[in-house]
Amino acid sequence: MGVDKIDIKELAIELLIPLLAIIFSFIIGAIIVYTFGYDPIETYAALLQGAFGNLNRFADTLLAATPLIFTGLAVAFAFRCGLFNIGGEGQLLVGGLAAAWVGTFDGLSVVVHVPLAVLAAAIAGAIWIAIPAVLKAFLGVHEVITTIMMNYIAYAMVAYLSLKVLANPGEIKTPPIEASAYLWRFSNILDIRSYMNLGFILALLVLLFIYYLLWKTTIGYEIRAVGINPDAAEYGGISAPKNIILAMLISGALAGLGGAERTLGLYHYYIQGFSPGYGFTGIAVALLGRNHPFGILLAGILFGALSNGRTFMNMAAGVPIDLVNIIQAIIIFFVAADLIFRQFIPNKSEGGVA
Amino acid sequence: MEILTQIFSLETLSSTLRMATPLAIAAIGGLYSERSGIINIALEGLMLAGAFIAVVVSYFTGSPWLGLLGALVFGGLFAMIHAVVSIKYHADQVVSGVAINMLAAGGTVFMLNIIFNTSGTSESVNALPYWGPFKPTVYIGLLVVFIAHYVLFKTPFGLRVRSVGEHPHAADSVGIDVEKIRYICVGISGILAGLAGAHLSLGVLDSFREGMTAGRGFIALAAMIFGKWTPFGALGASLLFGFSQAVQIRLQGLGIPTEFVQMIPYIFTIIALAGVIGKSTPPTAIGEPFEKGKR
Repeated sequence: MGVDKIDIKELAIELLIPLLAIIFSFIIGAIIVYTFGYDPIETYAALLQGAFGNLNRFADTLLAATPLIFTGLAVAFAFRCGLFNIGGEGQLLVGGLAAAWVGTFDGLSVVVHVPLAVLAAAIAGAIWIAIPAVLKAFLGVHEVITTIMMNYIAYAMVAYLSLKVLANPGEIKTPPIEASAYLWRFSNILDIRSYMNLGFILALLVLLFIYYLLWKTTIGYEIRAVGINPDAAEYGGISAPKNIILAMLISGALAGLGGAERTLGLYHYYIQGFSPGYGFTGIAVALLGRNHPFGILLAGILFGALSNGRTFMNMAAGVPIDLVNIIQAIIIFFVAADLIFRQFIPNKSEGGVA
Repeated sequence: MEILTQIFSLETLSSTLRMATPLAIAAIGGLYSERSGIINIALEGLMLAGAFIAVVVSYFTGSPWLGLLGALVFGGLFAMIHAVVSIKYHADQVVSGVAINMLAAGGTVFMLNIIFNTSGTSESVNALPYWGPFKPTVYIGLLVVFIAHYVLFKTPFGLRVRSVGEHPHAADSVGIDVEKIRYICVGISGILAGLAGAHLSLGVLDSFREGMTAGRGFIALAAMIFGKWTPFGALGASLLFGFSQAVQIRLQGLGIPTEFVQMIPYIFTIIALAGVIGKSTPPTAIGEPFEKGKR
C-alpha cells in the first residue's frame, strides 16, 4: 500500500470487507437467536426500531456513538503509527474523572469552564499513556502489554480517587459539576427527550481535525511513515521515537475526550463503573472503520445503534441484551481475519493486509 | 509487630495459595501459547468461559468432576477460535484475543439468561470437595507448573515449542510442523485457562457470577511476563500477586488503601518489562503469523 496512492480495487475491497463482516456476523447472530427459540426477524426489527425508530431514539444512538467515535479514533490514530493502544479504557476513565474534577470548580464562565474541563480530560488521557509511550519509543517495550497494565492501574486509581478522595462518604459518584461546565444539550432547543449533547459535534470536529492532521500535514505524514516502516522512516530523516511518542500521546488524549463527553455531557458527575468497555469497543470501531476517520464515524454509529437498540430488542423480542456483545465480537473476528474473505477475491494483491 | 504476625499467619499463607492457583494455572496456559509464538491476551475470556461451563455441566449432571472436565474441553475448543483466526487466517493476535474476551463476556451472560433466567448469579451447584486443607484444583495447579517445566525444557516436544516461538523458519526447515505445534499450544492454553476458571466457580465458589474472573486473566498474563516466560517464574509471580491479594484487607488496617495494593501486579510487570529489575524479554517470533517461504 502506497502512502497516498489511490487504488480503486483496493478501495473497493476496503469497503467490501467491513460490509461482509457485518452481514456474516448478523447471520451468525440470527442463527444463535433462532437456536434458542426466538424469531430472528422480529429480533432485528426490534433492534433497528430501538436504535432509529423515532427522533429520540436516533438522538440516543448518536449519544451512544459519541464515546465510541473518540475511542475508535484513539485506536486508529495509534494504528496509523504502527502502534496498538489497547489502553483506551483506562485513558477514557482518567479523562472522565479529570473532567468531573475540573467541572466542580466554581466561578468560571461557560466559555472558559467547558474548554478547560475538556482539555483536562485530554491531558489526563495523554498522561495515562505517557509511560507506555516512552517505554515503547526508547526501550522497544511492547505497548500492548503496558497499555493493558495501565488499564488495570487506572481501574484501581479512579476507584480510589473518585470514591475515597472526591466523593462524599457513602456516595458512589463524585459531587455534581457546575452548570458552567455542562456540554450543551440538543434538548435545550429541540423537542427531543435525549441527553445527546455538544460532545457529538465535538467528536465530528475532532474527526475532521484528525483527518486533516494525518493526511494534510507533515506531522501526519511522518506519523504514517513511521507506521509503515520505522526503519525506512529513520533512514529518511524522520525520528521514529519522536513520532511514536507524539502519536501515542494524541491517541491517549482522544480516548480521554471520550470520558469528558460522558461526565460533562451525559452524567454531570463521575460515577464508578460508568464505562461498559468503551475503550475496548473502540478497537472494534477502529477495525471496522478501517482506521479511517470517516469509516470510524460510520462504525461508531453502527455500534452506538447496537448498544442503544438492544434494550428495546429485549423488551419486544425477549432476546437477552448481550446478543449485541456477541455480534460485536464476531464482527471483530471477521474484520481481523479478513483473509477469510480475501481468499475468495481473485488475483489478490500481494501482502494486502493493511 | 502484631500486624506482621497476622500478615504471615498460616491462614494468610493458605489463602495466598488459593488466590495464586488460578493465576498460576492460567499463566502456564499463556506460557504454552506465547512460547510457541502466539500472543494470548484471551486468558481472561477463556477463564470466564471455563468457569461458566463448569457450573452449567455440574448443574445438569450434578457432578462437579464432570463440570471440571467440561471446562477443560470447552476451554480447549474455545481457544481453537483464537488459534484458527491467528494461525490460519493470520489475524492480529491481539485483536483476536480482544474478540475472545468480548465473546466470552457477552456469551456467558447471554447463556446465563437462557439457562438460569438471570443476568447476575447462577443457582448454586455441586462444588468440588475438599482434599485436606484445599480444593483439588490447588494440587492440580501445582502439578501443572512442574509438568510445564518438564515438558517445555526436558522433552523434544518442548524444544519444538520453543524453537517455533523463537525461529519458526529454522524450525520449519528441519521439518517441524510450525502450525501444528502452535495449534496444540493454543489448545493447551485454553484447557488450562478453563481449569483456572473452574477453580474459581467450582473450587472457590459453587456458582457462576457475571464477569467473575474480574481481571484475573490479565493478572495471570502479568505473572507470566513478570516470571519471564518460565513456569517457575510464573508460579513465583503468581504467589507474590496472590499474597498481595490475600493481605490487602489487612494492609488496609495499616492505612494502605486496597486500591494501591491491587495495582501491585501491574506496576511490577511494567517495571519488569522496562528492565529495571532484570529485563523480561518475550519470545522472538511472538505475534508474527507464519508464512512458509517468507521471512
